[in-house]
Amino acid sequence: MPPEIIANLQLALNGMATGAIYALVALGLVITYKATEVLNFAHGDVLMASAFVAWGLIVGLGLPFWLAALLTVAFAAVLSWQIDARIMRRIVGQPQFAGVMLTIAIAFMLRGLVSMFFGPESRSYPTPWTQQSTHIGPVVVSDLNLVILAVALLLTALIYVFLRRTALGVSIQAASQNQLAAYLSGIRVKRVTSLVWALAGAVSGACGLLLAPIALVDISLWIVVLKALAALVLGGFGSIPGAILGGLLLGLIEQFAGVYLPDGSKDVAAYVVLIATLVLWPRGLLGEAHGRRV
Amino acid sequence: MRFDYDTSYLDAKRLLRYPAQKLAYAALAILLLAAPWLLPKYYVGELTYLFIMAIASLGLMVLSGYTGQVSLGHAAFLAVGAYAHAWLLSQGAPWLLSIALATAISALVGLLLGLPAIRVSGLYLAMVTLAFAILIEHVLGRWKSVTGGFNGLPVGDPVILGANLSGLKSFYFLALISLVLTVAVLINLMRGKTGRAFVGVRDSEAAAASLGIWVAGYKVLAFVISAAVCGFAGALLAHHVRHITPEGFNLLLSLELVLMVTIGGLGSLRGAILGAFLIGMVPALISQIKPLLGDRIAKQFGLEIFFFGLILAIFVLFEPKGLNGRWLKVKAFFDTFPLYRKDVFRRGKTYMKSERYR
Repeated sequence: MPPEIIANLQLALNGMATGAIYALVALGLVITYKATEVLNFAHGDVLMASAFVAWGLIVGLGLPFWLAALLTVAFAAVLSWQIDARIMRRIVGQPQFAGVMLTIAIAFMLRGLVSMFFGPESRSYPTPWTQQSTHIGPVVVSDLNLVILAVALLLTALIYVFLRRTALGVSIQAASQNQLAAYLSGIRVKRVTSLVWALAGAVSGACGLLLAPIALVDISLWIVVLKALAALVLGGFGSIPGAILGGLLLGLIEQFAGVYLPDGSKDVAAYVVLIATLVLWPRGLLGEAHGRRV
Repeated sequence: MRFDYDTSYLDAKRLLRYPAQKLAYAALAILLLAAPWLLPKYYVGELTYLFIMAIASLGLMVLSGYTGQVSLGHAAFLAVGAYAHAWLLSQGAPWLLSIALATAISALVGLLLGLPAIRVSGLYLAMVTLAFAILIEHVLGRWKSVTGGFNGLPVGDPVILGANLSGLKSFYFLALISLVLTVAVLINLMRGKTGRAFVGVRDSEAAAASLGIWVAGYKVLAFVISAAVCGFAGALLAHHVRHITPEGFNLLLSLELVLMVTIGGLGSLRGAILGAFLIGMVPALISQIKPLLGDRIAKQFGLEIFFFGLILAIFVLFEPKGLNGRWLKVKAFFDTFPLYRKDVFRRGKTYMKSERYR
């Protein structure tokens, strides 16, 4: 195989791994959005907090990775459950803007708390896959990237099946489309909503756990939520397969923009994609078309 | 309780209708005019900064509060205004021309963003503006020949018609006059045809369109006005900080502006100013209470952002109408004194309605 094709394949695989993270974060955003119509800007900060908690458990307390991973995901789930049950529930029915502002407020508080509690330094922790790599034909992939890809695809499939095929998943959809009607048909809307938040939190906890070994445990980890927004929009806002597709594509776009386009375009690629998609093609790749009722 | 009894159309048009209002605003004017001599130097500088932020917050209020278009990226317009002004000054343009051009350039950027941005609304618009602000920050960092890159750009002194106004007191008055002018322009714009059209577009686009309001046109106009006012504020801010860098106009500043209008109370100019004062004072207040806290917490930057979040959460949860809403409630309490009932402003119970299918 010619070397430039190998180099491109290498780039593509790295891009897919980053993209898988974006996809997972986008997945967490989209399930909360579908269930509660709230775009959770605090999602990235739950992720960031979980990365710090994972660091505290692995390096600080010396727990084995798997136990720490389990505890971290549980932490993120409980945190998100509490955010919904104690805070977000109070503003149900208010305009969408209130939800945006409240999640931004929660994001700020989380960021402030983490920074006060842990301090601003960057840090890292070991995983079972650190420093290992696998050869697929001529291409070398780090095991961490493979694990990230696998986890992303697995979680997506699980959540997709859960929402489409199980009674609980269907009641989540019902609650998201018409809360009052869902109440009247016997769905425990409050609990269902909190459950969705906990699910999204668990996903973001897993993301934090996986992202931290690639990108260091740092306060600025929350920025991934902005990239995930771009991925969501690209894939079609409100669509779960779209979130995954958009995430993977965005990872690829970033990776290739970094190599083939002028210096600095890697940093802005996601935002250019976001604006261009929304302005030129607001439906995105797999978005559902919605008419506007007057 | 006061009942208006107008004997001519001019009565209804007056801004200050009652003697009590005139007295209150006269007292405020005297206080503000005397402040540079009454307050310590540090607070005069802080007050100047608050005036500038109030102008920016007014700019965002036109867009978010009156027209209902959420923007999470208004620091971009401040940045454009600041950089345009600093660059023009460094090219030897006179101050008045430079600030006018900076405002115009910012308005132009507002037009360029507004034209495509009105295709989307709500959350989507919030995301577009957010991404736009990040883009502008990167562009300013990379466009070294004009902006000086991440090293920033020094800002010349404000020299108006031969008088150097860079001193603490003179710049205080420059900012104060700018704020008063902005308020005067916006107050009249917002109670006139333009402002009523904005409010119509905010409350129902369909209803506004059926009343003959050109919805798209007014949305773009709101963007342009808002960008112009923010550009103007940015140019003044450039003088205040004296050396502008792209980091000075980051996402946090955008969000601070949104905080100001939300906490102030969407849809009121008074709210924009009150919100700007409350949010603008937070960093200064926190530096006051820091010595009381433990050393470990006190040296973290996280405290500031935590308080921003806390204040915002409290307002969204308990006073969605913001400071202005609270002000109106307090006023209603005294106006109707023994008759005020707690339920006058009570909110009804609400269920979530999907905005997706609207």
